[in-house]
Amino acid sequence: MAISQPFPTATPAPRVARRRRMLRPSRVVLYAVVLFFAAIFGFPLLWTLMASLKTVQETFAYPPVFFPAVPQFGNYIRVLSIERIPVLLWTWNAAYITALTTLGTVITASLVGYSFARFSYRGRNALFLITLATLTLPAQVTLIPQFVLFHRLGWINTHLPLWVPAWFGGGAFGIFLMRQFFLTIPRDLDEAALIDGASYPRIFWSVLLPLLKPPIVTLAIITALASWSDYQSPIIYLNSPDKFTISVGLHFFVQSPEVGGEPLQHLLMAACILTMIPAVVIFFAGQRYFVQGVVMSGLKG
Amino acid sequence: MFWPSLGRTFVFTLMFVPSAIIGSLALALLLNQKLKGTVLFRTLFYIPHLIPAVALTVLWMAILQPRMGPVNATLRALGVADPPGWLATQDTALLSVTIINVWAAVGGNTMLIFLAGLQGIPNEYYEAASIDGASAWAKFRKITLPMLSPTIFFNLVLAIIAALKVFTTAWVATQGGPSYATWFFVLHIYNEAFQNFRMGYGSALAWILAVILIAFTLAQVYASRRWVYYDGD
Repeated sequence: MAISQPFPTATPAPRVARRRRMLRPSRVVLYAVVLFFAAIFGFPLLWTLMASLKTVQETFAYPPVFFPAVPQFGNYIRVLSIERIPVLLWTWNAAYITALTTLGTVITASLVGYSFARFSYRGRNALFLITLATLTLPAQVTLIPQFVLFHRLGWINTHLPLWVPAWFGGGAFGIFLMRQFFLTIPRDLDEAALIDGASYPRIFWSVLLPLLKPPIVTLAIITALASWSDYQSPIIYLNSPDKFTISVGLHFFVQSPEVGGEPLQHLLMAACILTMIPAVVIFFAGQRYFVQGVVMSGLKG
Repeated sequence: MFWPSLGRTFVFTLMFVPSAIIGSLALALLLNQKLKGTVLFRTLFYIPHLIPAVALTVLWMAILQPRMGPVNATLRALGVADPPGWLATQDTALLSVTIINVWAAVGGNTMLIFLAGLQGIPNEYYEAASIDGASAWAKFRKITLPMLSPTIFFNLVLAIIAALKVFTTAWVATQGGPSYATWFFVLHIYNEAFQNFRMGYGSALAWILAVILIAFTLAQVYASRRWVYYDGD
């Protein structure tokens, strides 16, 4: 199947044709259906946003109110300054772990992909098969031996197990993705550069990588989203609240609904929104490439 | 807890996979109708998929809160005297966790892949069918479904794998409860390995999961020969 457009979008019909089409009853039904779904997806998000701007009284009002009388934007400042629930620290922890994980994955997966795509050496195919085979194993299988390994290294309750592995190839998916894209670039390009006296690192960095922007952005977004949202690994490795990432911290927050008798439900909603924002921003920053990558994985996979 | 958690995971998979696949396909068909504002709707449908799982669960815990949540408030306003307890009661917790996961999944990558698959179907097929006087339903059954079958197959495999690995939503929302109602297989692994520190037993459980996943995938690859149609290649 060929992808004619990088991103599936509806092509706007000429104005007159569209107006005539809208008048048909079947179109009206379609609009009603799409708006119904928009409500189903939009309402919970909007409710949470509104809940994060309520006062305590409005939070516990019965029957519940949807819109706060006066939006309490101060909730977002207050949620960052609760001593027992250091949301700001958790956000920072998750942010720097996400940055290091993404950087490590993109750099090392490209290097390994380059090696698999461009060089022939003994055992290359066997190594590639082993790499692919790890894709079929669920993370749960490797989680326990990894935990034992990091325990022996004395890395429990540090952030190291969460980002250091990304610097060792970044996982089979990234390697496979990069290899496939390296293979799409004609070898003539490498050879021409080689004749001009470029070294292999130079070819990798200055000739090939600039051509691989779409898969690199795709890989960076997938990795960043997964790392930012990750819960299963940090919950295993981190014990003390000052080490938590935002996901683990948010769960910790849920379990301590008040401080000194003051309910924090509205602040929890603010923390919830704060957790979502970076994910949405990461997505929109590279949406064009990302959607293309997802679609290609589905159609060629 | 081994067999019950495994059984519960299969029940979840049976509820989740058809809802997610049919829902995603329906949304993709809807977005493929060239309605005004399609890009906006597609983005809105996709956002739940972007939300980190813990934030997603916290959000839904507020929505489904039995006393003050908007769902039950609406139900009471509509005259339901005794609305369900959702995540808080044993008989509705599993359904609630399923709803949360379906809501997060239907507008996500599955839908995008369906949408791209739909746009890969040559328009001439539909035109030819229209000339022959085929109904919309016949076109869907005889053109869309067969042409889309490789995409359906791909999404189906991924959805089943994802469903069998369900963890975070259930663990954050209910800690596997109430009364083990959402105690899924991966929760069982997590509990044995990292709460009871039975690493060996946990590893064995994880390998059983791996074997189940691989068996499911191979079975689908085998079964797919009967229903997946590859055009051209």
